[in-house]
Amino acid sequence: MSHPKTPTAGGFIPRDRDWQPDALTPRYKTSVRRSPQSALLSFPSTLSEETSPIFGHAMLGALDNDLILNYAQPGESAIGPRIIVHGRVLDENGRGVPGALVEFWQANAGGRYRHKKESYLAALDPNFGGCGRTITAEDGSYEFRTIYPGPYPWPNGMNDWRPAHIHFSLFGHGFAQRLITQMYFEGDPHIPLCPILSTVKSQAAVDALTALLDMNRTVPMDSRAFKFDMVLRGRRQTYFENRKEGL
Amino acid sequence: MQKLDYLRESPSQTAGPYVHIGCTPNFTGIDIYGGDLGTSMKTGPVQGEEITVKGTVFDGTGTPLRDAMIEIWQPDAAGLFPSANETRGTADPNFTGWGRSPGDMVTGEFTFETVKPGAVPFPDGRMQAPHITAWVVARGINIGLHTRIYFEDEDAANAADPVLARVEHQNRLPTLLARKEADGVYRFDIHLQGPNETIFFDV
Repeated sequence: MSHPKTPTAGGFIPRDRDWQPDALTPRYKTSVRRSPQSALLSFPSTLSEETSPIFGHAMLGALDNDLILNYAQPGESAIGPRIIVHGRVLDENGRGVPGALVEFWQANAGGRYRHKKESYLAALDPNFGGCGRTITAEDGSYEFRTIYPGPYPWPNGMNDWRPAHIHFSLFGHGFAQRLITQMYFEGDPHIPLCPILSTVKSQAAVDALTALLDMNRTVPMDSRAFKFDMVLRGRRQTYFENRKEGL
Repeated sequence: MQKLDYLRESPSQTAGPYVHIGCTPNFTGIDIYGGDLGTSMKTGPVQGEEITVKGTVFDGTGTPLRDAMIEIWQPDAAGLFPSANETRGTADPNFTGWGRSPGDMVTGEFTFETVKPGAVPFPDGRMQAPHITAWVVARGINIGLHTRIYFEDEDAANAADPVLARVEHQNRLPTLLARKEADGVYRFDIHLQGPNETIFFDV
């Protein structure tokens, strides 16, 4: 079965700044001194933004997309609820983005990151590193295995907790598509309380970052599954386009 | 009424304080991949002038960021991109064009060992001045910031550059120019905010 593939040349559809978060979002305090105040300079994308480096499947290790095992001692595995995260990377025209580099990182089941600046008292898991990566297939699909991350407190307000989340970094076919975002889990009561998630401007945007339990992909007696699609910027379709699909 | 069936780009979220775990894990001491992507932009002898580009990202108080990630993307010395979607020719096979830096653990300073980029055209065919595309993410940055590194020793090309010509406040242009510190060494500091705020792009 062939899938419609995203074109790899041409100018990008402008980013919808009414949909994306603003730079200055005072409830997320760190943004106050890290937000540019001048207007962004707009211009049509050029080859500098329309091209990107090549990431081949050959660079991936066998366990790169398995956070349960990729930092674990032989015969051991990470502690926590076992989950599969899967979905597709699409462009704004609804076409799959093949060959996209997808990198992900997260806290362990107790909400603790493996980082020297991390100060939360929850225990480290000696078998959990907290990062993985994969490259999307021809139809833009990806999947990885991990543990359900724990919520954790963070210094912002006096009692702010992050919803359980997984960070994603996405690299499509153009540098202008570069995107970092976070995936949240259906039903997490911290979702409406989070100052970082609140930087997006609508419930629809919150929903776009909320993965659903996917019982059809769940592995019985093994792992639950969550489905999370991501959308990168699309290229403008030109009138009387004479390029072949996928070129 | 019908509906346009376009999808919306996924909303951006901050890279957070631990972006280095995900994108440069070796830098944080997590050795799963046997090395961090984007550490070296050269895989062998390269064509053109080899240069070093270094700089620091500062917040609005002048404090250096030590939890940022900086990526750059550029053509080779002939102006060709080492990209699957480069159709004008074949780029230097020993040059990746892409660098990623977590900055120095103590100072936050980023360093890229690269080549001076060649010129590439604007969509209308005019030549742009040699430049490197840069992208900055960090805790407190809700959506990655795009900018460009131009070179202060390219006066004539800079004066004819179609992007630089779009800058309304021309007194801010120096924020896009890498300063020559020594032969082959350029400094490009990035100011997120304040009187020297770098020009960022919506592109």
